[in-house]
Amino acid sequence: MSWTAVCSLADIPPNAGVAALLNGKQVAIFNVAGEVFAVDNHDPFSGANVLSRGIVGSIDNDLVVASPIYKQHFALATGRCIEDESQSINAYSVRLEGDTVMLGLADQAAA
Amino acid sequence: MTSATTRLVLVGNGPVGHQFLETLVASGRADQFDITVFGEEPRAAYDRVHLTAWFETRSAEPLNMVAEGFYDHNQISVYSGRKITAVNRDKKTVSTDCGIEVAYDVLVLGTGSFPFVPPVPGHDRSNTFVYRTIEDLEAITTASLGGSVGTVVGGGLLGLEAAKALHDLGLKTHVVEFAPRLMAVQVDDGGGKLLRKKIEDLGVSVHTGKNTQQIIDGSEHTHKMCFADGEELETDLIVFSAGIRPQDELARQSGLDIGERGGISVNNYCQTSDPAIYAIGECALWGGRIFGLIAPGNEMARVAADHVLGGVEDKQFLGADMSTKLKLMGVDVASIGDAHANTPGAKCYTFIDEQTEVYKKLVVNEDASKLLGAVLIGDADDYGNLLQFALNGIELPEHPEAMILPSLDGSASVGLGVDALPESAQICSCNNVSKGDLCNAVAGGALTVGDLKSCTKAATTCGGCTALVGQVLNAELAKLGMEVNTDLCEHFPYTRQEIYHLVRVGGIKSFDELLAKHGKGHGCDICKPTAASILASCWNDYILQPEHAGLQDTNDRMLANMQKNGTYSIVPRVAGGEITPDKLIVLGEVGKKYKLYTKITGGQRIDLFGATVDQLPLIWKELVDAGFESGHAYGKSLRTVKSCVGSTWCRYGVQDSVGAAIDIENRYKGLRSPHKLKMAVSGCTRECAEAQSKDVGIIATEKGWNLYVCGNGGMKPRHADLFASDIDTETLIKYIDRFLMFYVRTADRLQRTSVWMDNLEGGLEYLQNVIINDSLGIAAELEAEMTHVIGTYQCEWKTTIENEDKVKMFRSFVNSNKGDDNVVFVQERGQIRPATDAERELGEDLIAVA
Ligand SMILES: Cc1cc2nc3c(=O)[nH]c(=O)nc-3n(C[C@H](O)[C@H](O)[C@H](O)COP(=O)(O)OP(=O)(O)OC[C@H]3O[C@@H](n4cnc5c(N)ncnc54)[C@H](O)[C@@H]3O)c2cc1C
Ligand code: SF4
Ligand code: SF4
Repeated sequence: MSWTAVCSLADIPPNAGVAALLNGKQVAIFNVAGEVFAVDNHDPFSGANVLSRGIVGSIDNDLVVASPIYKQHFALATGRCIEDESQSINAYSVRLEGDTVMLGLADQAAA
Repeated sequence: MTSATTRLVLVGNGPVGHQFLETLVASGRADQFDITVFGEEPRAAYDRVHLTAWFETRSAEPLNMVAEGFYDHNQISVYSGRKITAVNRDKKTVSTDCGIEVAYDVLVLGTGSFPFVPPVPGHDRSNTFVYRTIEDLEAITTASLGGSVGTVVGGGLLGLEAAKALHDLGLKTHVVEFAPRLMAVQVDDGGGKLLRKKIEDLGVSVHTGKNTQQIIDGSEHTHKMCFADGEELETDLIVFSAGIRPQDELARQSGLDIGERGGISVNNYCQTSDPAIYAIGECALWGGRIFGLIAPGNEMARVAADHVLGGVEDKQFLGADMSTKLKLMGVDVASIGDAHANTPGAKCYTFIDEQTEVYKKLVVNEDASKLLGAVLIGDADDYGNLLQFALNGIELPEHPEAMILPSLDGSASVGLGVDALPESAQICSCNNVSKGDLCNAVAGGALTVGDLKSCTKAATTCGGCTALVGQVLNAELAKLGMEVNTDLCEHFPYTRQEIYHLVRVGGIKSFDELLAKHGKGHGCDICKPTAASILASCWNDYILQPEHAGLQDTNDRMLANMQKNGTYSIVPRVAGGEITPDKLIVLGEVGKKYKLYTKITGGQRIDLFGATVDQLPLIWKELVDAGFESGHAYGKSLRTVKSCVGSTWCRYGVQDSVGAAIDIENRYKGLRSPHKLKMAVSGCTRECAEAQSKDVGIIATEKGWNLYVCGNGGMKPRHADLFASDIDTETLIKYIDRFLMFYVRTADRLQRTSVWMDNLEGGLEYLQNVIINDSLGIAAELEAEMTHVIGTYQCEWKTTIENEDKVKMFRSFVNSNKGDDNVVFVQERGQIRPATDAERELGEDLIAVA
């Protein structure tokens, strides 16, 4: 696992997301209730890179983001699609170092 | 009968004849018949009951009853403007005025009735009319232009309706009645007196006990009417509405049985004395009676259709209830059963309130255990309940008078538990919907009055039964143990209306505060945008403030409309659809510079498609500099006020529709609401701006504006309802202010105004009461709330581009200046469009933005 600094926490509006570009890959990073999460920005249902612009919230005990196009929900912690598990997305490791948001990507070898 | 087709001829294409055809078609067996229809009028069936509504549009189209393609799909041959002049029963043929002969196996007479014109000398002078067909109204309208006084002969139901029409045409109007009171058939003396007072208050002169003896040339006006008592009345036009007579000419000519005073005699299957010939509707005589209302006519049509089909349902016509409820010249009038207490031993309870001008009378049997009849004037809210008591012979409470006395202590008036009604009780008589039908619909999933209206048609014609339909619904839901969950979502155990109230009353300014005080969890994509909209409607803060930004739907969050490939479209405001050439050029230049796809919208604006997130602030900077504002196309808010060119350019226009549209659009721009709002203003009744398909539609009249509300296009189109007529601009704005704020307050999330109104108990009439008569006493509040919203308007894009932090939210990536390489276009008809998957794969001629 290698960690890359992506942005500062202040760059992400509270209870919302931003998109980041890492090695050509688009990742959606969210700041919910002071915690950060990262999943694919790519929405498998519409084929558009839009999940960072979805509304976050909770369904039962999962924190989720709703696709802004056709409104399916994805769990922020695991990437599981609540409506259709066959379309789940990747979730990535993130952590805060001070105010800096660090994204953990699997090493080249493992990928 | 063999499988060969039966030749069926229908004479008369009125509402009842059409009901007959619809019933045949609905049976799915219309193809067994070779159907031919002859109608004397120049058009196919139209809604005569609502004939007077013709004045609203002066066009026949809204009254049309025939669904598009109805005749073609069902292979029905229709001849309009063709009168049948003879029936040959031996040869089994009918012949037309132009000499065509058509053979029948089954003949249905639906010839209706014709207005009776008293044979006084001078009755056939020019400028005398009847009130029965669209052509009659056209002729009356034309004649009204050349005169100032109009007189209706006959003070019955139709006479008063005609008087209202003359009054609305701007004529000084008189009603001349032979009997000593108005509406002699339906109401008694006391009621007639009150009705007269109310009608005179409107400026119509009423002359009762007047026997017209002759009509001669007038000295100041066209006619002079001379009465038996020596009095005279001068008038420019006369409308006779002195009753109707069954149109039984063909039956007489062909020797069918006829009643003593006319009418084609029929049996319980609506067959005449010749079993191959049926008669239905107002021309038919059953049990010695003629039924001059639409509901019994429709029932006859269903019975005859069933019998023609072989009597599958063994329907019979067994008479009909002639109770009526209507609004005459704005006055509620209802009459039930034995209104005159003609039953031996009948007793009456009467309540008269001269202050509020309400008259109510109950007629009960000897021991006061059953309701026989009733008369209600000025307030007919009890009609539905009372009718059920009378029709179903339900035992009256101990003190029947309590049913018409006002409840001074605010306790609920003594009504009838709907549970007391049998399943067979007819709730909606216009459309023959029983309590059982409603119960089945509820069991089948109808959960609102709106659902019941659309699946059973109950309460969709005269609306008299709406309250009762609501009561049946609630009782059924309770019985089925169905708790209708109206919670907004798992985070808030409240309806949108309740949340609105909590926010407004509690002065709540942010979603976090709302969630902490009244909700749980973290919110979701349902409650967050709802709360955002409510907060905006109440306090009108900038929606991208940090605490609000994350609540907004993507479109609101980016102040643009997301399209299928994740790019956005941009719609600047073009108020009223008016745009200068210079501004058009700016849009063209911006479109060209950023390679956007451009298209004209249905709301008279220009939509620029294909902008990526990071381009949005750049584009808007240019637009704002050129004087454009956000069009709020992304919001659940006012979209556009469409307009036609109106009196400034159009030779027909009577008011400046463009000016009005611009003022109105500028007034309400930015107002956040439960769903999008669309409006339009037309400069005259030709209605080129299609205002009647909008939430708020305004049509210019000679005297001011007609206001229509709650229409929409889209998936389930609905015509708007006329809300107020001939109002001045100030009143217009006042009503719209109140209407919009009341909608914002009480509608559900994503509920358009049409569905909202359908679900208000009392519907249009209730809404008019709240908005026009201020029945809830909230008009001033609503206006103040609207004033606040208007006073705090800001162009969201101007605010955004002036704030660097906000502009940062429009980067494609937080850590890179690159664009989204997934967004690729191809060329088509000289512009870009998103590439399809196949085109991406092929990889040729792609245009990338990143
Ligand atoms: C202004 C007005 C308001 C009304 N309001 C109400 C109301 O509120 N509630 C209510 O219940 N009822 C109301 N009515 C009554 C209602 O309209 C009638 O009950 C209904 O129209 C009867 O339908 P019908 O098809 O039997 O007859 P009609 O509507 O009279 O249709 C008969 C048709 O047959 C045609 N015809 C006749 N003879 C021939 C022939 N020989 N050959 C070819 N065609 C022929 C006629 O031209 C006519 O078009 C109102 C009527 C009017 C005029
Ligand atoms: S609605 Fe009337 S004023 Fe407007 S364009 Fe049409 S005809 Fe002219
Ligand atoms: S009609 Fe359908 S396809 Fe066309 S714009 Fe509306 S939602 Fe899109």
